[in-house]
Amino acid sequence: MKLDPKIPGGPLEQKWERHKLEMSLVSPANKRKFKVLVVGTGLAGSSAAATLAELGYQVEVFCYQDSPRRAHSIAAQGGINAAKNYQNDGDSVMRLFKDTIKGGDFRSREANVYRLAEVSRNIIDQCVAQGVPFAREYGGQLDNRSFGGAQVSRTFYCRGQTGQQLLLGAYQALSRQIGAGRVKMHPRTEMLDLVVIDGRARGIVTRCLQTGKIESHSADAVVLATGGYSNAFFLSTNAIGCNVTATYRAYKRGAAFANPCFTQIHPTCIPVSGDHQSKLTLMSESLRNDGRIWVPKKPGDKRHPNSIPESERDYYLERKYPSYGNLAPRDISSRAAKEVCDEGRGVGPGGRGVYLDFADAIKRVGRVTIESKYGNLFDMYERITGENAYEQPMRIYPALHYTMGGLWVDYNLMSNIEGLFVIGEANFSDHGANRLGASALMQGLADGYFILPYTIGHFFANAKKEVISTDHAEFKRCEAEVHERIRKLLSIKGRKTAIEFHREAGKLLWDNAGMSRSERSLKEVLKRLPELREEFWRNVNVPGTDADLNQALERANRVADFLEFGELLAYDALTRDESCGAHFRVEHQYPDGEAKRNDADYLYVSAFEFTGVGNTPILHKEPLKYEFVTPTVRSYK
Amino acid sequence: MNLTLHVWRQKSRTDEGRMETYLAKNISPDMSFLEMLDVVNEDLIKHNKEPIAFDHDCREGICGSCGLMINGVAHGPEKATTACQLHMRHFEDGAHIYIEPWRAAAFPVIRDLIVDRSAFDRIIQAGGYISVNTGGAPDGNAIPIPKENAETAMDAAACIGCGACVAACPNASAMLFLSAKVTHLANLPQGQPERVQRVKKMVEQHDREGFGHCTNIYECEAACPKEIPATTITQLNRDYLLAITAGGGPGARKGGAG
Ligand SMILES: Cc1cc2nc3c(=O)[nH]c(=O)nc-3n(C[C@H](O)[C@H](O)[C@H](O)COP(=O)(O)OP(=O)(O)OC[C@H]3O[C@@H](n4cnc5c(N)ncnc54)[C@H](O)[C@@H]3O)c2cc1C
Ligand code: FES
Repeated sequence: MKLDPKIPGGPLEQKWERHKLEMSLVSPANKRKFKVLVVGTGLAGSSAAATLAELGYQVEVFCYQDSPRRAHSIAAQGGINAAKNYQNDGDSVMRLFKDTIKGGDFRSREANVYRLAEVSRNIIDQCVAQGVPFAREYGGQLDNRSFGGAQVSRTFYCRGQTGQQLLLGAYQALSRQIGAGRVKMHPRTEMLDLVVIDGRARGIVTRCLQTGKIESHSADAVVLATGGYSNAFFLSTNAIGCNVTATYRAYKRGAAFANPCFTQIHPTCIPVSGDHQSKLTLMSESLRNDGRIWVPKKPGDKRHPNSIPESERDYYLERKYPSYGNLAPRDISSRAAKEVCDEGRGVGPGGRGVYLDFADAIKRVGRVTIESKYGNLFDMYERITGENAYEQPMRIYPALHYTMGGLWVDYNLMSNIEGLFVIGEANFSDHGANRLGASALMQGLADGYFILPYTIGHFFANAKKEVISTDHAEFKRCEAEVHERIRKLLSIKGRKTAIEFHREAGKLLWDNAGMSRSERSLKEVLKRLPELREEFWRNVNVPGTDADLNQALERANRVADFLEFGELLAYDALTRDESCGAHFRVEHQYPDGEAKRNDADYLYVSAFEFTGVGNTPILHKEPLKYEFVTPTVRSYK
Repeated sequence: MNLTLHVWRQKSRTDEGRMETYLAKNISPDMSFLEMLDVVNEDLIKHNKEPIAFDHDCREGICGSCGLMINGVAHGPEKATTACQLHMRHFEDGAHIYIEPWRAAAFPVIRDLIVDRSAFDRIIQAGGYISVNTGGAPDGNAIPIPKENAETAMDAAACIGCGACVAACPNASAMLFLSAKVTHLANLPQGQPERVQRVKKMVEQHDREGFGHCTNIYECEAACPKEIPATTITQLNRDYLLAITAGGGPGARKGGAG
């Protein structure tokens, strides 16, 4: 496997401009001869599909929900970063670039990240033009806030519904193209395989979730925008349907999977309330701007929070990280919460929770101000927990939230399989070992609106034009495999449900490959997961048939992939014998518990090649070169 | 708590469908309504029966996937709450709960509690957008937008497209859904050029899909989990009137709300 990142030469600030100039173009008349399949309608997929159709390509789009507007991006709350420097507080492309590189703990590519920061400015302009109702100041200018550990205010937002509004903007752009007949939309359709012929992606195999029909689609390029794999851990803040199926099956067809162990845990989620829990709910990180995090000093202190006096509270983030305090980055805050709970000082049912207290903020600025800032979040908290956070502190706990890892792509966002592009959370490209708040929305839209539309043209201009029919033997072979797998799932008729397997595998990962990892715990995953997988294929019960809408079958199909993928994640975490960003190996920490990076041995991207289920994958290393910034120890003290 | 569920089961579009009864046992008051259904479904699967099909995804009240008539009320008894955010502490132990799909000619049942809401997508495709291509947009701060207008636009843009408004309306009208989008875009300067055409095209599509007419009953407003105000319908009516009397002239002619 050859992994050439294809990073253009020249000074950092000029790479993308120069590359754009050097890339070949496809003439307007020729564009309509090329067909692109876009899988996924989140920010990345919708923005890419709309833009490609505007340019004149033939576009077909797929999503598993009943409407493209419901993609998981809709749930993003906090905001989107852009280096606009509207607040005149010293922001710039260079600063956003440096923050992102540092936030990623020096495990991402300089050139990609610089381009992201550069393009971020266009995103805001584009979204405003589409009618995204960003928050405004009284003078009519766009408002910004500081978010997730940034020292400048560069985050644009639409109340607590930024993802929703950005996605609706992209959805409307996509709808305009669908209405004009330039995009064919396939909702309730799941991609179950990638078809690769002579090393080039030629199409996909899908299942219509309404009728069960298995179908092949051939095209000149395939774009995966299928989101992240947090649900490998069962409980996460992701939507229930989020899955690894599309990217994992592409991996099985030869695409390299990069940094699967880089998974992010979000510090401010509502804690688990019982075994019935189907997902976890995120409380926007913006709450940390005003809330103070604490636990009782004494382990096992069961008093009501309001009757624990100041002197018996430990505001542990403020204590340990005086300059960032409650705004310390996500991985640091998350681990600190786990630590105090491990010490027996956690609060709430099960002792896995810490307080996020607004009492001081309410005293300082008044309840009305807090209500206007966070009212919807307080309401949501009360709906779920039945507790009023104006009167007593919220309880929060970290949960799986985002996955930095994904399919390996080069600077052009193309995977190692020719013609297979990967965008948004599904690729690995920009966030290194840890993503900064409000940067995923930025990356999804950067990829979809402003990067892929250029680079895919360059690919078409240089690739051999050749139409391959879905009657080709390879399409038939892939279809047959998909059929066979579904038949098998339905025929086992065992005693456990797919959700039970999912919950078990998720807990295994969360306990052993979650917030902190060790050689021992990772080996435990590598031992237990194959056993669970074996049991699954012997003992799962999937009722119903394959010829209609069958949600139990959909779930089982996705769980089967998680059961294989979890092993890859653990294996990556095992071979990366250092701590960096969100990847915390307990063997590698400073005396104060900070992650200890090892640049001498691990300054590379891990990209894995599939060698068969249950076999050890081949690790390929893409070395990371830092020409413009010098990796330093991340310090948030 | 223990509950008795009466659930609409329908195998396919053409199947007749009927209510069936299930017991939901050992339900925790901390469960969401959908988690309660998960428990019932897990039990059905264990007994080799087909689980109850219902749409859901985010379970955070934002994707608009879930939609159930619970005891005859769209999304159930809690105000401004989607079914996925409704928690069982709002029900009495021993209660009987009736669960049905959205009922509307324009939303045919696909299976059990799942309906086909693609008509909503087609209404947006007909004109619920601003026609700008990617690239070449002016600076985001080039056109100041009064905070008040941005807020009004955002109030309307909060619609999640779940269809509760249609399900709640005795006429099965989608006017609140439609007016939410119209109001969102009509309050922004970027939405002005196409303002009149947009309304016309969207209303025509709405009627083509077989949704009923609005007769100002406002059940939609009461059922809306995002509290989209019925004043958006007033805005729609005004713009629509303008569209048909002005014969689709320039949109910005009545710039008042813009
Ligand atoms: C609760 C929450 C809050 C967040 N808040 C923020 C925030 O404030 N700021 C920020 O920057 N980021 C935030 N994030 C992260 C961000 O929302 C996501 O990373 C981003 O939206 C991912 O977008 P995407 O387009 O890559 O994928 P998604 O939006 O996940 O879309 C995936 C698409 O792929 C489709 N799909 C998946 N698998 C298949 C398949 N096999 N076949 C067919 N279709 C398939 C789905 O139907 C869907 O359309 C948040 C995330 C969560 C969970
Ligand atoms: S499941 Fe998304 S709104 Fe209910």
